[in-house]
Amino acid sequence: MQRRTGMQPRLFELTEAQQLVRDTARNYAQKTLAPIAGQLDREGRFPQEQLAELAELGMMGVNIAEEYGGAQAGAVAYALAMMEIAHGCASTAVTMAVNNLVAETIARHGSEAQKKHYLPEITSGRFVAASFGLSEPNAGSDAAALRTTARRDGSEYVINGNKQWITSGDRAGVIIVWARTGVEGNRGISCFLVEGGSKGLHVGRHEDKMGLRASSTVSLSFEDLRVPASAMLGPEGRGFPIALGALDSGRVGIACQAVGIGTAALDSAVRYAKERHSFGQPIANYQAIRFALADVATALDAARLLALRAAAFKEAGRSFTREGAMAKVFATEKANKACDVAVQVHGGYGYIDEFPAERHYRDARITTIYEGSSEIMRIVIGRHLLAG
Amino acid sequence: MDFSLTDEQQRLVETARKFTREKIIPVAQKLDEHGTFPKEICEQAWEIGLMNVELPQEVGGLGLSTLDHVLMAEEVNYGCAGIGTTMFGNNLAAMPIMLAGTDEQKKKWLGMLTDAPVFAAYACSEPDAGSDVAGMRTTVRKVGDEYVVTGQKRWITNARYAQWYTVFGRIGEPRERHKGITCFVVPRDAAGISVGRKEDKLGQRASDTSDVILEEVKLTKANLVGEEGQGFKVAMKTFDRSRPWIAAGACGIMRRALDECRRYALERKAFGQPIAQFQAVQFMLAEMAMKYEATRLLMLKASWSIGQGKLDAIESSYAKAFGADSAMAVATDAVQVFGGYGYTKEYPVEKLMRDAKLLQIYEGTSQIQRMVIARNLLAQTAGQG
Repeated sequence: MQRRTGMQPRLFELTEAQQLVRDTARNYAQKTLAPIAGQLDREGRFPQEQLAELAELGMMGVNIAEEYGGAQAGAVAYALAMMEIAHGCASTAVTMAVNNLVAETIARHGSEAQKKHYLPEITSGRFVAASFGLSEPNAGSDAAALRTTARRDGSEYVINGNKQWITSGDRAGVIIVWARTGVEGNRGISCFLVEGGSKGLHVGRHEDKMGLRASSTVSLSFEDLRVPASAMLGPEGRGFPIALGALDSGRVGIACQAVGIGTAALDSAVRYAKERHSFGQPIANYQAIRFALADVATALDAARLLALRAAAFKEAGRSFTREGAMAKVFATEKANKACDVAVQVHGGYGYIDEFPAERHYRDARITTIYEGSSEIMRIVIGRHLLAG
Repeated sequence: MDFSLTDEQQRLVETARKFTREKIIPVAQKLDEHGTFPKEICEQAWEIGLMNVELPQEVGGLGLSTLDHVLMAEEVNYGCAGIGTTMFGNNLAAMPIMLAGTDEQKKKWLGMLTDAPVFAAYACSEPDAGSDVAGMRTTVRKVGDEYVVTGQKRWITNARYAQWYTVFGRIGEPRERHKGITCFVVPRDAAGISVGRKEDKLGQRASDTSDVILEEVKLTKANLVGEEGQGFKVAMKTFDRSRPWIAAGACGIMRRALDECRRYALERKAFGQPIAQFQAVQFMLAEMAMKYEATRLLMLKASWSIGQGKLDAIESSYAKAFGADSAMAVATDAVQVFGGYGYTKEYPVEKLMRDAKLLQIYEGTSQIQRMVIARNLLAQTAGQG
């Protein structure tokens, strides 16, 4: 039997290539990221060197073809890598996730010239980051309400407007910008590749976030920013479906990030429960603790499987909108629960920065919000159910 | 059955609400960001009678009931739970003396709190004895008429600013568990007392949490609160009295979350209408309101029982565990209602979420409350309810 990629032939077994990617990511996450994640968080320091090292390990284009400098290891391998990197440092993971998402979006919709120009920059790490410019101050969940405009002027487009919550927006070599080229609603939206440092691109203030404090989140504004017509990604007016497709992938990435954060929290809680004594024995001996940890472990394993299923569907070229939404809402909510349990198991020690539990807890919180909130996921899942 | 407040209670609530609106809310975010201790705010609260409210009138206190206290505390915690906890810290330190102290001790130590806006701290937990109070290792050696206390206390609210501490230590061997535990009042300037580093906390960052270290601290009978070996009982009785306060913290956080979310949900538009029009958001708001109301009733019931003198540990634990768990859920949902904005420090809901988490941990974790509840349930004679 010919062995196909992904999870098809043997559902729970990884290919050698997938194992290699996972082990590479795990090794880097545990040896390099985990020991410094607390410090990066405290100082709100962008992990510039670490991202460069990850690019060398092939992590900035896991699912990008080799001819563009990618690892060409597939969507499942990327999912596995994301879980491992997030286990070590969730801030580094989200930055890596957005880089991969932008690369995949360009790979899928870009012209040959665009792919040749941008993909090697991202996969090699020469671009320290890439950004996904969709959200606006008044258009988050409701992306079709965006107001940024791109007006045709001869052989150029002139972009004006504001973007919000842009991960790495101040560091990006390239930003995919969604802007309105036509009518109101989702049919009038197109997509552009805007280079970092372009004239008319202004970086606004850095958000002071509860968690993911080592990732950069900024607002961007465009003031008569000119791009050549060739900077358009995909056909005119097709920006919205491009965004939706990209978000399907992005959601699987965030599901994996959540699994990684949750698993890190669980691991630290298990470690602590074995060490900490009360009432004359390790607290791991108490059912209250064991049952809480057992529930978390079960939920995280289910989350992992949902995320890998979505990735496998993607790798097989099947639609995975429903599977991605299920993976995202389930994994992110269970990860939050896992982090909450971990803080609780640590007691007072879970509330201070001496242990990683409080950082995991803060980092996990955004996962049910960004890349489509839990509420949006439920709308997507509900729509699929009722359309059946 | 009457759910209305007395005129005095209504006035107290209004005073606290005004104070919260004018003095606390404008600075809460900044104090949180920098971990600044709310010294001036507490001094101002002291001026208008919001500190040390349960202290008896004989020592210059207001002699308010637990019920009055929680009504007031809910208002303060609406503004900032870190400040709320700082104010609880004094009441908590005072409680062992109120419960078991001599008249002389009350006059001296409680009088200090009513004479001037100063702080006191309750020092019970240790690095390796949190939930398990009877596992404490701080030792008390009797040398002649003196008690010599050595040990390390952890998670001590107001440690750095306190003029005195109520400290629990052990006469005898650790294997004797709760039997030898004894309570003392210890002045900050006693030889051998030092304060450790300030903990860097997830939330309630305005409150001060540090270690208190006792090295061969010499005390006399005048420092003994209650009798030798009665400390465990004093600690537990203190918790029975203090747990409704934590429910007040929960009520403050929940009401704030609800107010913020209501305002935001009516303003914020998505898919062409205010998000308040969506059932997903409406249901979250409805849950928040139910959890707030239920916690408030449990808190008032437990506080009322204390006032009636029929203190029942189970009621305090109901209020504390239900309130803390509810506040955590409500604050988490509040961040969700705000979406990305909820994750930033531009809006107060992420602070509510960080602050709420401590409610499930301190003054007996949510797990310990369930142990207390179950133990009481199982000890009740069938049919007695």
